[in-house]
Amino acid sequence: MKHNIRIVVNGDEYCLAVDPWKTLNEVIREDLNLTGTKLGCGTGDCGACAVIVDGKAVSSCLTLAVSVDGKSIKTVEGLAPSGEELHPIQESFVETGAIQCGFCTSGMEMAAFHLLSNNPSPTDLEIRKGLSGHLCRCTGYNQIVEAISLAANKMQGCHCKKEES
Amino acid sequence: MRLPRFEYFAPKTLEASLELLGQKGDGAFVMAGGTDMMVKMSHGRLKPRTIINLKEIPELHYIKFNPQNGLEIGSTALLSEVLNHADIIEHYPALIQAVQTMANIEVRNMATLAGNLCNAAPSADSAPPLMVMDAEVSLVSSRAKRKVKLMDFFLGPGATVKNVDEIMTAITLPAPRPQTGASYMRISARCGVDIAAAGVGVAIRLESEVLAEARIVLGAVAPVPLRAVKAEAALVGRQFDPETVQYAAQMASEEASPISDVRATRDYRKSMVAVLAKRAISEAYERSHARHS
Repeated sequence: MKHNIRIVVNGDEYCLAVDPWKTLNEVIREDLNLTGTKLGCGTGDCGACAVIVDGKAVSSCLTLAVSVDGKSIKTVEGLAPSGEELHPIQESFVETGAIQCGFCTSGMEMAAFHLLSNNPSPTDLEIRKGLSGHLCRCTGYNQIVEAISLAANKMQGCHCKKEES
Repeated sequence: MRLPRFEYFAPKTLEASLELLGQKGDGAFVMAGGTDMMVKMSHGRLKPRTIINLKEIPELHYIKFNPQNGLEIGSTALLSEVLNHADIIEHYPALIQAVQTMANIEVRNMATLAGNLCNAAPSADSAPPLMVMDAEVSLVSSRAKRKVKLMDFFLGPGATVKNVDEIMTAITLPAPRPQTGASYMRISARCGVDIAAAGVGVAIRLESEVLAEARIVLGAVAPVPLRAVKAEAALVGRQFDPETVQYAAQMASEEASPISDVRATRDYRKSMVAVLAKRAISEAYERSHARHS
């Protein structure tokens, strides 16, 4: 029997009828066609499927879609305020060359978003710990750490300007 | 990687979930974080007919501490909530040591201690520190409530004394006593995410400078988290000195009966138990020294 759920994804409200055995990853990618969120290992080890549910980064492959009824979800498509510009995290990934094949990128960026929301100026070690659940098969970890460090600076810059004005 | 088909319920009260569990009988499973169950299901190793999600039950989602009664962790409190709880950080650092090595941030934002215990993997990181600190678990069915010592909870890989009609509602730890200290040390190929190749939990109580009580539990080196009674006996009644610690660590290594698998060989695991035991005993001793009042 399908269950009716109401979720807010990147600010848009969706009412969906879902089978209980559908994962949040399947619903995001297949029903909502938001394919920025990837499916890597399917076991919570690689981080490619990370999304933010009610402010917390989780593995969408290990989450039943029915279980997020009433919750608010952010995917990589919702990082930037509009489809035109990039979020400072995304800008930094581009600027430092932190994207190789790109498969891990959206998960890495969501982990970075979660980290910087809780710790606006992390050390390199804290960044590495924040990414410990994320694998990059291209192994470009140094640039990813660099990108998040740069993003932290940019976002603090934005924050200060806002406070000044 | 598709999941098998099942029916799903998310009751709002413990009473309703117990009633459902009784009604549905065999094939009904309760789910907390789901991070172990989802993997088993997608690999075809678990085919539930019914899943009862406990996460919508407010009365199971809490962490309570007070210096008289100790710590109580509700069964749907997240690992990340345990990890960031100021009282647990201050009074139960051995539990923090275990939880911070478990999986990764995303999984810790979903998974629970109760789930880690009910999944009953021999390598469950939370089991050794909780066992040495004398944890009890509350098991509730629609007919009865009982408390079981975690030391008596595990029966084998994936098997526990919890009956199919019971739900684990809480994990309790006694209040920290003066001159006690505990530690958990583990080793695995990768620092995070990976399952432990070996883990050692130690708790001790000092009387002036004598080791009055000792508890040692070994993880990932037997079908269940294993109490190392000979190693404990090697400590009790003695003073903390390098020879005593070395001998107890050697006893722990002898008591371990690990398998060889993809993570580590039997010999490596036995050697590592000695190393980890030495470190954990030393750290537990230092902590018991620091806790005077």
